[in-house]
Amino acid sequence: MRAAVITFPGSNCDRDMAVAIERVSGKAPQRVWHGDASLPDALDFIALPGGFSYGDYLRCGSMAANSPIMRAVAEAAGKGVPVLGVCNGFQVLTESGLLPGALMRNAGQTFICRTVKLKVENGHSIFTGRYDEGQIIDIPVAHHDGNYFADAETLDRLEGDGRVAFRYAESVNGSQRDIAGILNAGGNVLGMMPHPERAVDAAHGGTDGVALFESVFDSLSVV
Amino acid sequence: MKVRIHVSLKPGVLDPQGRAVHHALEGLGFSGVEDVRIGRLIELDVADGTSDEALDEMCRKLLANMVIENYSIEKLENA
Repeated sequence: MRAAVITFPGSNCDRDMAVAIERVSGKAPQRVWHGDASLPDALDFIALPGGFSYGDYLRCGSMAANSPIMRAVAEAAGKGVPVLGVCNGFQVLTESGLLPGALMRNAGQTFICRTVKLKVENGHSIFTGRYDEGQIIDIPVAHHDGNYFADAETLDRLEGDGRVAFRYAESVNGSQRDIAGILNAGGNVLGMMPHPERAVDAAHGGTDGVALFESVFDSLSVV
Repeated sequence: MKVRIHVSLKPGVLDPQGRAVHHALEGLGFSGVEDVRIGRLIELDVADGTSDEALDEMCRKLLANMVIENYSIEKLENA
């Protein structure tokens, strides 16, 4: 797997993401800086990590969404390259328009840092093929702005098209319809607030995140 | 030319921050506050003659998130 992890100023989960990808694929991903104008050639997977890019200035993810590398990421996503955005990476994807909706301040106003139960809503996407549909998994969240918002029409469309990948199985942050992760129309871009890369080693307290990276790896082997 | 951009949450979008501030005002004994919505004020100093279209584009592309926010542009010609 030729993967790349993008690092923005203020990203802090980029190394964890790289370790998770290497653990599953056996190959270290390339590290790409936000100011680069282009991505390495022939990538099969791009990950936007969590953190606080540009200090969350203006709105979470809004500055990163306009950084030079995001033009290249949008172009790759348009060609069908799988793109995963976790936490701040999800915020960057919504701010850049690659995913619909917005991530607002948590309804309870507090930063939430704990392991939550997620329900796998779509078990046949390239990111979730290794999970069973309806499976409940334990994945950590760590965010202040994870309250997913979209208008009712957009929410209905997401649900109707099977684009809700993960839903919180418990009350977490006030997200509309408890949405934790969504796919783009092409199914090759996933944004999610919970951190699968923080659940890939028994020492993390759980390994439910491994299957997500394995799913992406599987989907590449099939092609 | 000085320009003020007022960014506010769209009607219907829940504002937990505004609600918390509302409760705090009530806690201080200020009665009669019906609602609190929190937005953002951005002051720009732009070249004279900057077009309305350009200002609009700045708002739509970056300064406001059109999924959840509205904006209004106030030009302070003599500032």
